[in-house]
Amino acid sequence: MQLALFIIFAVLCVVFALNFLFQRHPINSALSLIVVMMSLAVIYWTLGAEFLAAAQVIVYSGAVMVLFTFVIMLLNAGEEERTRGSKIAYIVGIPGVIAVFALLAYTFVHEHSTLGMAHLGGHLNNGVSNLEEVSRILFTDMLLPFEVTSILILVAILGAVVLARKEH
Amino acid sequence: MVPIYYYLVLAAILFCIGIGSFLIKRNIITVFMSIELMLNAVNLTFVAFAHAHDNVHGQIFVFFVMVVAAAEAAVGLAIIIAIFRTRQTLDVDSMNLMKN
Repeated sequence: MQLALFIIFAVLCVVFALNFLFQRHPINSALSLIVVMMSLAVIYWTLGAEFLAAAQVIVYSGAVMVLFTFVIMLLNAGEEERTRGSKIAYIVGIPGVIAVFALLAYTFVHEHSTLGMAHLGGHLNNGVSNLEEVSRILFTDMLLPFEVTSILILVAILGAVVLARKEH
Repeated sequence: MVPIYYYLVLAAILFCIGIGSFLIKRNIITVFMSIELMLNAVNLTFVAFAHAHDNVHGQIFVFFVMVVAAAEAAVGLAIIIAIFRTRQTLDVDSMNLMKN
């Protein structure tokens, strides 16, 4: 059952990522990316990361992609021309991408016996819920980084307001 | 029961599609979105390894990556709006002010 779930959402992920790559209009790319992110949320859930599955839907599909869609509509971005694409990107980039993928896939397939199997929902923490475990570590061991991220977000808000403001 | 390396290979595929679209796309917003796709692929790797090692520290790391990605998206899109105001284009090839 987990294998079927994985195959369905992995295929959905890859198909819509390729759609993201081949669509010429930015709004189509943005909507494909939302499907990829929602499928990844289901895959996180099957790996026992319920909190991250919810955060993926709320933060990525909800907040970040809505921001992207707003900006695409605000700037009225049209279809891009493929003709002027720099030649170096194709000549060096495509073999480079294939080499990176071959290296990663070879490493993962070669080490498959040490990595083991995934169980639905996971057995990360004997009977304790995933959210409880994550929040316990987040508010004890990782308290300082967690507080520092609030400063980062504050700086990001101020930076976004200052950069996007109309100049007089 | 699914082998962990299936998840890792899926993450590798998504990451490589992200690199490919980063190189090929000419619209700055789409280039920016392919960075988000690559970050998502890396997050999937973190979650898969967290599962493989029975340890939630990988998931904490994904949480921080999400926070940084959200902040990055807000600032980056503000920069894109500022660039569009001054140059009236979204094409990355025509943004070459610092080349001269």
